[in-house]
Amino acid sequence: MELLAQAASGADQIAFGEAISAGFAYGLAAIGPGIGIGYLVGQSVQAMARQPEAAGMVRTTMFLGIAFTEALALIGFVVFILLKFA
Amino acid sequence: MSDTFVTRLDGPSPEQEIAGDMVRRALPVIPLVLAISFAVWGVNGALSSGYAIALVLVNFLFAAALLAWSARISLALLMGAALGGFLVRLALISVAILVVKDAAWVELVPLGITLIITHLGLLIWETRYVSASLAFPGLKPTTSVGPSPENKR
Repeated sequence: MELLAQAASGADQIAFGEAISAGFAYGLAAIGPGIGIGYLVGQSVQAMARQPEAAGMVRTTMFLGIAFTEALALIGFVVFILLKFA
Repeated sequence: MSDTFVTRLDGPSPEQEIAGDMVRRALPVIPLVLAISFAVWGVNGALSSGYAIALVLVNFLFAAALLAWSARISLALLMGAALGGFLVRLALISVAILVVKDAAWVELVPLGITLIITHLGLLIWETRYVSASLAFPGLKPTTSVGPSPENKR
Protein backbone atom coordinates (compact mmCIF):
# COMPACT_ATOMS: atom_id res chain seq x y z
CA MET A 1 0.00 0.00 0.00
CA GLU A 2 2.85 2.31 0.92
CA LEU A 3 4.66 1.48 -2.28
CA LEU A 4 1.46 2.11 -4.20
CA ALA A 5 1.06 5.49 -2.56
CA GLN A 6 4.67 6.39 -3.38
CA ALA A 7 4.32 5.25 -6.96
CA ALA A 8 1.19 7.23 -7.62
CA SER A 9 1.83 10.80 -8.63
CA GLY A 10 -0.05 13.71 -7.16
CA ALA A 11 -2.34 13.96 -10.15
CA ASP A 12 -3.22 10.30 -9.89
CA GLN A 13 -4.07 10.68 -6.24
CA ILE A 14 -6.32 13.64 -6.98
CA ALA A 15 -8.09 11.72 -9.75
CA PHE A 16 -8.45 8.74 -7.41
CA GLY A 17 -9.93 10.95 -4.71
CA GLU A 18 -12.35 12.55 -7.16
CA ALA A 19 -13.55 9.20 -8.41
CA ILE A 20 -14.04 7.86 -4.90
CA SER A 21 -15.88 11.01 -3.78
CA ALA A 22 -18.16 11.03 -6.80
CA GLY A 23 -18.95 7.36 -6.31
CA PHE A 24 -19.78 7.91 -2.65
CA ALA A 25 -21.93 10.93 -3.52
CA TYR A 26 -23.98 8.91 -5.97
CA GLY A 27 -24.20 5.83 -3.76
CA LEU A 28 -25.19 7.68 -0.61
CA ALA A 29 -27.67 9.81 -2.57
CA ALA A 30 -29.39 6.64 -3.81
CA ILE A 31 -29.55 4.87 -0.43
CA GLY A 32 -31.71 7.51 1.29
CA PRO A 33 -34.43 7.65 -1.38
CA GLY A 34 -34.37 3.84 -1.56
CA ILE A 35 -35.20 3.61 2.14
CA GLY A 36 -37.79 6.39 1.75
CA ILE A 37 -39.55 4.76 -1.18
CA GLY A 38 -39.58 1.41 0.59
CA TYR A 39 -41.22 2.93 3.66
CA LEU A 40 -43.64 5.03 1.58
CA VAL A 41 -44.85 2.17 -0.60
CA GLY A 42 -45.03 -0.24 2.35
CA GLN A 43 -47.30 2.13 4.23
CA SER A 44 -49.37 2.78 1.10
CA VAL A 45 -49.89 -0.93 0.45
CA GLN A 46 -50.95 -1.37 4.05
CA ALA A 47 -53.40 1.52 3.71
CA MET A 48 -54.85 0.11 0.48
CA ALA A 49 -55.22 -3.35 1.99
CA ARG A 50 -56.98 -1.96 5.05
CA GLN A 51 -59.16 0.51 3.20
CA PRO A 52 -59.60 -0.50 -0.45
CA GLU A 53 -62.19 2.20 -1.12
CA ALA A 54 -59.49 4.83 -0.58
CA ALA A 55 -57.05 3.12 -2.92
CA GLY A 56 -57.36 5.79 -5.61
CA MET A 57 -56.41 8.58 -3.24
CA VAL A 58 -53.62 6.51 -1.68
CA ARG A 59 -52.17 5.62 -5.07
CA THR A 60 -52.25 9.24 -6.18
CA THR A 61 -50.39 10.37 -3.09
CA MET A 62 -48.03 7.39 -3.34
CA PHE A 63 -47.05 8.16 -6.92
CA LEU A 64 -46.34 11.79 -6.13
CA GLY A 65 -44.40 10.75 -3.03
CA ILE A 66 -42.29 8.32 -5.02
CA ALA A 67 -41.54 10.98 -7.61
CA PHE A 68 -40.60 13.56 -4.96
CA THR A 69 -38.35 11.07 -3.20
CA GLU A 70 -36.77 10.11 -6.48
CA ALA A 71 -35.85 13.75 -7.03
CA LEU A 72 -33.32 13.39 -4.20
CA ALA A 73 -31.60 10.56 -6.04
CA LEU A 74 -31.64 12.60 -9.24
CA ILE A 75 -29.99 15.52 -7.46
CA GLY A 76 -27.29 13.14 -6.19
CA PHE A 77 -26.79 11.80 -9.69
CA VAL A 78 -26.49 15.26 -11.20
CA VAL A 79 -23.95 16.22 -8.52
CA PHE A 80 -22.01 13.04 -9.36
CA ILE A 81 -22.04 13.85 -13.08
CA LEU A 82 -20.94 17.42 -12.50
CA LEU A 83 -18.19 16.44 -10.04
CA LYS A 84 -16.84 13.68 -12.21
CA PHE A 85 -17.19 14.94 -15.75
CA ALA A 86 -17.87 18.69 -15.88
CA MET B 1 -70.16 -8.69 -0.77
CA SER B 2 -66.79 -7.02 -0.47
CA ASP B 3 -63.57 -8.97 -0.43
CA THR B 4 -62.08 -9.49 2.99
CA PHE B 5 -58.56 -9.48 1.63
CA VAL B 6 -57.64 -7.12 -1.16
CA THR B 7 -54.67 -8.44 -3.05
CA ARG B 8 -54.90 -6.47 -6.26
CA LEU B 9 -56.35 -3.21 -7.57
CA ASP B 10 -58.47 -3.27 -10.69
CA GLY B 11 -59.95 -0.27 -12.41
CA PRO B 12 -58.48 2.97 -13.70
CA SER B 13 -54.95 3.85 -12.75
CA PRO B 14 -54.45 7.26 -11.12
CA GLU B 15 -50.70 7.04 -11.74
CA GLN B 16 -51.15 7.08 -15.50
CA GLU B 17 -53.62 9.96 -15.27
CA ILE B 18 -51.12 11.97 -13.23
CA ALA B 19 -48.24 11.16 -15.58
CA GLY B 20 -50.38 12.09 -18.59
CA ASP B 21 -51.35 15.36 -16.89
CA MET B 22 -47.70 16.15 -16.25
CA VAL B 23 -46.77 15.53 -19.87
CA ARG B 24 -49.67 17.72 -21.04
CA ARG B 25 -48.59 20.51 -18.70
CA ALA B 26 -44.97 20.20 -19.79
CA LEU B 27 -45.64 20.57 -23.51
CA PRO B 28 -46.42 24.32 -23.53
CA VAL B 29 -43.49 25.08 -21.20
CA ILE B 30 -40.85 23.18 -23.19
CA PRO B 31 -40.21 25.99 -25.73
CA LEU B 32 -39.68 28.47 -22.90
CA VAL B 33 -37.13 26.21 -21.18
CA LEU B 34 -35.34 25.60 -24.47
CA ALA B 35 -35.29 29.31 -25.22
CA ILE B 36 -33.77 30.12 -21.82
CA SER B 37 -31.21 27.37 -22.25
CA PHE B 38 -30.40 28.60 -25.75
CA ALA B 39 -29.94 32.14 -24.50
CA VAL B 40 -27.53 31.07 -21.75
CA TRP B 41 -25.64 28.11 -23.26
CA GLY B 42 -26.35 28.28 -26.97
CA VAL B 43 -27.55 25.56 -29.31
CA ASN B 44 -25.80 22.76 -27.43
CA GLY B 45 -27.41 23.92 -24.20
CA ALA B 46 -30.86 23.89 -25.79
CA LEU B 47 -30.28 20.40 -27.18
CA SER B 48 -29.07 19.17 -23.79
CA SER B 49 -32.10 20.69 -22.06
CA GLY B 50 -34.41 19.05 -24.57
CA TYR B 51 -32.74 15.72 -23.89
CA ALA B 52 -33.17 16.23 -20.13
CA ILE B 53 -36.86 17.11 -20.51
CA ALA B 54 -37.43 14.01 -22.63
CA LEU B 55 -35.70 11.89 -19.97
CA VAL B 56 -37.89 13.30 -17.21
CA LEU B 57 -41.14 12.78 -19.14
CA VAL B 58 -40.24 9.23 -20.19
CA ASN B 59 -39.24 8.51 -16.59
CA PHE B 60 -42.65 9.64 -15.30
CA LEU B 61 -44.55 7.68 -17.95
CA PHE B 62 -42.47 4.55 -17.36
CA ALA B 63 -42.93 4.75 -13.58
CA ALA B 64 -46.68 5.18 -13.96
CA ALA B 65 -46.99 2.31 -16.42
CA LEU B 66 -44.96 0.02 -14.17
CA LEU B 67 -47.01 0.83 -11.07
CA ALA B 68 -50.33 0.52 -12.92
CA TRP B 69 -49.34 -2.82 -14.41
CA SER B 70 -48.16 -4.24 -11.09
CA ALA B 71 -51.21 -2.99 -9.15
CA ARG B 72 -53.48 -4.94 -11.49
CA ILE B 73 -51.60 -8.14 -10.60
CA SER B 74 -50.97 -7.90 -6.86
CA LEU B 75 -50.10 -5.50 -4.08
CA ALA B 76 -46.95 -7.47 -3.33
CA LEU B 77 -45.81 -6.96 -6.90
CA LEU B 78 -46.64 -3.26 -6.56
CA MET B 79 -44.17 -3.06 -3.68
CA GLY B 80 -41.54 -4.89 -5.71
CA ALA B 81 -42.21 -2.82 -8.81
CA ALA B 82 -41.92 0.44 -6.88
CA LEU B 83 -38.53 -0.47 -5.39
CA GLY B 84 -37.20 -2.35 -8.39
CA GLY B 85 -38.57 0.34 -10.68
CA PHE B 86 -36.70 3.01 -8.72
CA LEU B 87 -33.46 1.08 -9.20
CA VAL B 88 -34.10 0.34 -12.87
CA ARG B 89 -35.16 3.88 -13.72
CA LEU B 90 -32.17 5.38 -11.92
CA ALA B 91 -29.92 3.00 -13.81
CA LEU B 92 -31.60 3.86 -17.13
CA ILE B 93 -31.22 7.59 -16.51
CA SER B 94 -27.57 7.05 -15.58
CA VAL B 95 -26.92 5.03 -18.72
CA ALA B 96 -28.83 7.52 -20.89
CA ILE B 97 -26.64 10.36 -19.65
CA LEU B 98 -23.33 8.47 -19.52
CA VAL B 99 -23.83 7.31 -23.11
CA VAL B 100 -24.15 10.85 -24.45
CA LYS B 101 -21.85 12.71 -22.05
CA ASP B 102 -18.98 12.87 -24.54
CA ALA B 103 -21.14 13.81 -27.52
CA ALA B 104 -20.38 17.13 -29.14
CA TRP B 105 -23.87 18.53 -28.56
CA VAL B 106 -24.01 17.76 -24.83
CA GLU B 107 -23.46 20.42 -22.17
CA LEU B 108 -23.57 18.72 -18.78
CA VAL B 109 -24.47 21.78 -16.71
CA PRO B 110 -27.72 22.69 -18.54
CA LEU B 111 -28.57 19.01 -18.82
CA GLY B 112 -28.26 18.49 -15.07
CA ILE B 113 -30.00 21.71 -14.12
CA THR B 114 -32.91 21.05 -16.51
CA LEU B 115 -33.23 17.49 -15.24
CA ILE B 116 -33.73 18.63 -11.65
CA ILE B 117 -35.81 21.73 -12.35
CA THR B 118 -38.16 19.96 -14.77
CA HIS B 119 -38.66 17.01 -12.45
CA LEU B 120 -39.37 19.13 -9.38
CA GLY B 121 -41.27 21.82 -11.26
CA LEU B 122 -43.70 19.41 -12.88
CA LEU B 123 -44.23 17.60 -9.58
CA ILE B 124 -44.96 20.77 -7.65
CA TRP B 125 -47.28 21.98 -10.40
CA GLU B 126 -49.15 18.65 -10.39
CA THR B 127 -49.29 18.52 -6.60
CA ARG B 128 -51.14 21.83 -6.62
CA TYR B 129 -53.93 20.34 -8.72
CA VAL B 130 -53.99 17.02 -6.90
CA SER B 131 -54.22 18.79 -3.54
CA ALA B 132 -57.21 20.72 -4.79
CA SER B 133 -58.93 17.62 -6.14
CA LEU B 134 -58.33 15.62 -2.94
CA ALA B 135 -59.51 18.44 -0.70
CA PHE B 136 -62.72 18.30 1.31
CA PRO B 137 -65.50 19.57 -0.99
CA GLY B 138 -66.07 22.64 1.12
CA LEU B 139 -62.42 23.60 0.82
CA LYS B 140 -62.14 23.22 -2.93
CA PRO B 141 -61.44 26.44 -4.81
CA THR B 142 -64.37 27.77 -6.78
CA THR B 143 -64.27 29.52 -10.12
CA SER B 144 -66.76 32.24 -9.23
CA VAL B 145 -65.09 35.53 -8.44
CA GLY B 146 -68.13 37.71 -7.95
CA PRO B 147 -70.08 38.22 -4.73
CA SER B 148 -72.01 35.22 -3.48
CA PRO B 149 -75.81 35.31 -3.97
CA GLU B 150 -76.53 35.88 -0.27
CA ASN B 151 -74.33 38.98 -0.27
CA LYS B 152 -76.12 40.53 -3.21
CA ARG B 153 -78.69 43.16 -2.45
